[in-house]
Amino acid sequence: MKAGIIVFPGSNCDRDAEFALNMAGFKTEYIWHDYENIKDYNLIFIPGGFSYGDYLRAGALAKFSPVMKQIEKYILNENGFVLGVCNGFQILTEAEILSGALTKNNSLKFICKDVDIKPINRETAFSRYITKDSLTIPIAHSEGNYYIENYEELKNKNLIAFEYIKNPNGSIGNIAGIYNETFNVLGMMPHPERNSLKILGNGDGLEILLSIRRSLENE
Amino acid sequence: MKKFFFEVLIILKDGILDPQGSATQKVLKRLEYPIDNIRFGKLITFEITAKDKDNAEKIAKEITYNSLINPVLENFELKLLKEIEI
Repeated sequence: MKAGIIVFPGSNCDRDAEFALNMAGFKTEYIWHDYENIKDYNLIFIPGGFSYGDYLRAGALAKFSPVMKQIEKYILNENGFVLGVCNGFQILTEAEILSGALTKNNSLKFICKDVDIKPINRETAFSRYITKDSLTIPIAHSEGNYYIENYEELKNKNLIAFEYIKNPNGSIGNIAGIYNETFNVLGMMPHPERNSLKILGNGDGLEILLSIRRSLENE
Repeated sequence: MKKFFFEVLIILKDGILDPQGSATQKVLKRLEYPIDNIRFGKLITFEITAKDKDNAEKIAKEITYNSLINPVLENFELKLLKEIEI
């Protein structure tokens, strides 16, 4: 199984992603953001950081990178799965691949701590093989407050991936992560790649990555 | 060709929390000013080269809507400030 990690100018969780994906059994390659061929990967990981310095808005400038056009095609053709974490989630919403938007935490503060999240829709490739009812995953963001006008629709379509057990940032409906309508894209603010081993916490982040790998293998 | 100078004022929609605004308001209230509803916005200026005003306005609007704002969170007011012959 091969995972590609997109690297934007300003990405800084790309190496954590590589480490965690290797732990989950993926072969990994970095993909510079102006690269134009990503068809061969089973998983595309859009890591956290500050793409283009988060100028204008978090993720707003990254959506114009050439690789994003390829990612849109990749998703449409269902070539594999896309996981966007933190800044990756912000980029996916800015590119309108995922609905809604992420705005400033209502505390005004950058929050960096472990939070507990629970998987809501457990039928997707990203969640099918998660064994626990709640996962402890670190967050590190100042713009993680998820907002969407039609929250009910999101809920009715079962697009909510994870909810915070205790809301850290003011997100509507305690949302920590959402899917696209074809369930091949997951965007989430918590960083599973930062808790991929027991020594880094309890290893809960690996549950999500392993679920993706097992789903790919069993397809 | 002409050069058209635009400014766009970007404001958060009603109901979207503006932490900068509310923090500032809190401080000013503490100083006992009768102040409410402080909202922060962004002012962006840019220049468009085009053959006429209609064209320039069309391009400016497109750039603003597709790139400068996030329509989920923000509203905008676009203004043409001046034009010069080049």
